[in-house]
Amino acid sequence: MAFISSGYNPDKPMEDRITDIGPRNYEEFYPPVVKANKGKWLYHEILEPGVLVHVAESGDECYTVRAGGARLMSVTHIREICEIADKHCGGYLRFTTRNNIEFMVDDKSKLEPLKKDLESRKFDGGSLKFPVGGTGAGVTNIVHTQGWIHCHTPATDASGPVKATMDVLFDDFQNMRLPAHLRVSLACCLNMCGAVHCSDIAILGYHRKPPMLDHEYLDKMCEIPLAVAACPTAAIRPTKVELPDGKKVNSVAVKNERCMFCGNCYTMCPAMPLADKEGDGIVLMVGGKVSNRISAPKFSKVVVAFIPNEPPRWPTTTDTIQKIVEAYSKGANKYERLGEWAERISWERFFEVCDLEFTHHLIDDFRDPAYYTWRQTSQFKF
Amino acid sequence: MKHETPMLDQLETGPWPSFVSDIKQEAANRAKNEKNVDYQIPVDVCDDLLGVLELSFKHGRTHWKHGGIVGVFGYGGGVIGRYCDQPEEFSGVAHFHTMRVAQPAGKFYSTDYLKKICDLWDFRGSGITNMHGSTGDIIFLGTTTKQLEEIFYELTHNLNQDLGGSGSNLRTPADCIGKARCEYACFDTQHMCHTLTHEYQDELHRPAFPYKFKFKFDGCPNCCVASIARADMSFIGTWKDDIRIDQEAVQAYVGGELKPNGNAHAGRDWGAFDINKEVIDLCPTKCMWMDGKELKIDNKECTRCMHCINVMPRALRIGKETGCSILVGAKAPILDGAQMGTMLVPFIKAEEPYDEIKEVIESIWDYWMEEGKNRERLGELMKRQGFQKLLEMTGLKPDPRMVQEPRHNPYIFWKEEEVEGGFERDINEFRKYHQR
Repeated sequence: MAFISSGYNPDKPMEDRITDIGPRNYEEFYPPVVKANKGKWLYHEILEPGVLVHVAESGDECYTVRAGGARLMSVTHIREICEIADKHCGGYLRFTTRNNIEFMVDDKSKLEPLKKDLESRKFDGGSLKFPVGGTGAGVTNIVHTQGWIHCHTPATDASGPVKATMDVLFDDFQNMRLPAHLRVSLACCLNMCGAVHCSDIAILGYHRKPPMLDHEYLDKMCEIPLAVAACPTAAIRPTKVELPDGKKVNSVAVKNERCMFCGNCYTMCPAMPLADKEGDGIVLMVGGKVSNRISAPKFSKVVVAFIPNEPPRWPTTTDTIQKIVEAYSKGANKYERLGEWAERISWERFFEVCDLEFTHHLIDDFRDPAYYTWRQTSQFKF
Repeated sequence: MKHETPMLDQLETGPWPSFVSDIKQEAANRAKNEKNVDYQIPVDVCDDLLGVLELSFKHGRTHWKHGGIVGVFGYGGGVIGRYCDQPEEFSGVAHFHTMRVAQPAGKFYSTDYLKKICDLWDFRGSGITNMHGSTGDIIFLGTTTKQLEEIFYELTHNLNQDLGGSGSNLRTPADCIGKARCEYACFDTQHMCHTLTHEYQDELHRPAFPYKFKFKFDGCPNCCVASIARADMSFIGTWKDDIRIDQEAVQAYVGGELKPNGNAHAGRDWGAFDINKEVIDLCPTKCMWMDGKELKIDNKECTRCMHCINVMPRALRIGKETGCSILVGAKAPILDGAQMGTMLVPFIKAEEPYDEIKEVIESIWDYWMEEGKNRERLGELMKRQGFQKLLEMTGLKPDPRMVQEPRHNPYIFWKEEEVEGGFERDINEFRKYHQR
């Protein structure tokens, strides 16, 4: 492995430097049928799960086959995607916001060979490389974060639970039997890089133990005022600590009963780790949405306060999700999102039909907004 | 394989694409090296990535350390430092930095471009990516410090491609598919996303903000890119005039010739389509009715929720006088709880050169950079100082469309100039009429 220079000269970093050029222009990447009909689309239809047709004013048609994918993918896999797009789609493709891959063709006759090709490809371990689906009133791909593959603050893995959950919900990825579409998201800690807080079902990693304090190194590794300021509940204060050898050092003290386990202190100060095998696990939240359709966008609500991490397949998490999806599928009206259904039948009924226990953890006690989630009416259901 | 991975191996079965199988194939390809690539980072990087992940599955904890300051010269973002906390056992991933590469608007690609990206990342990185990260960037997952400048040089010189944002700066903006392939788009999301991304390159690469700042562009109120939940400034397409109706197509839906909602509910027998039950009764403002065989809409009462258009896309189309709404302050929970975007500009034209929109953006940045505390998102500043302050700083006029309802309390902070005669009064004059 000999170092090969790109042409960059470390002694003169500004020489020939190119900066601030931004992303490539999207127009270079439009398939011809998209370029020709942009802004002139009339309507679309889902021909079968995972297959869409968009029809333009000109009469042109764009057929799209949507395939699921792990967002964590290798260049070998991307090259295979390219090979498929070269073979069937004139060398163009796109990705969706929810990590699906869309292959587009401009003629119906090209559809079946493309679909067959996608469905025939499998990894050595047996899983599908390009499952077709993710459209309409079903489950589409899970948006998620990094988890144990790459992040320093996760309370759970991301790719693992996502794979396990999608295996369990796979039929609904390839079917459209649900009352409305159901968006599942995962964030591996409450920083929520994945912004899962408005999902029909949110899988959220959560820590439950306050940070440990590495007193001997804390002042050397961290800016103490930043660690103190990072705490949203003011649970951290600067203090002096006597080490076992009698040496006095600057450090911090944490009021454990005020800790909300957000890990912000750890982000600012690596001498305050909080990850823990028993402490960490999963919170399930449901009923959020981002669409303005019929009802306003909603936040997801916590319905299961804690499920332990159970690698490699997180069975309690996936069983609980499946239970919720089945109850929703059975009970909701056509077009009704999970949150709209829960509000219509009432949350007390939701816990009953989903067979979930309601515990004190599920009653909000975080600041002013908590009050607005308590019940201020005599109306309730037995 | 270099490491035993009994737990990860259990994620190779089942129908959903297995990331474990994919990383294994990458590891095998690197070991074989059929193309004779002169790998610039350890050949066994993917083996060690699986090894350290297996260890996390065993320990129930991550084995990645904190960032550390790495980056490319002159930029304050785009690279996230990452180190393994077991570097002796997993030397291939001892240094495993992330690079964010700005994705093209709409996430359309030519295979020609993607292959070049793959070649570069194969050669100078782990060969593992995210397509895409949550914010929207192409993510290069794992390289060494020494390769950062080399990758940046090759990206900018050979691929005409820049890095994305990270840290306290403008994050790489993202958009929905928009007019490229969607009949609902009220403005050209790709054009606006691309134009503003280029306009604000300095803000994207050089952190000068109190914290992160996100733009997202949704072409219609269906919000496929979730701007309303996660963008500090969310641009959502809307229209002012009437929904266009094709009465014949309405009848085709009623008669069952056309499938409702673009056939999205085909997986279950929901019975014959009932326009009253499925459209008219579900309209949140009840502004629709059937007049014999004609569908009528009282457009003035419509709040453009998209339901009727979603259900009958061949009969109903968005209006022609289109633009966007701007909502501000959305964010995920850290630090003060999750916030949804709040309506700031109910309607604005979304056309080149976007001057009016830039004025709103820049007035908000001026305010936030002046008043925002370290790591305070715009939404939190709004909560701390109040919506009135935001109006004052942006020069926008109050409008009932900005609120859900008027305030519940009368505790109005009247300003001196709003009250006749001001606050300064003569106590002695007062006492002439009121004994002590």
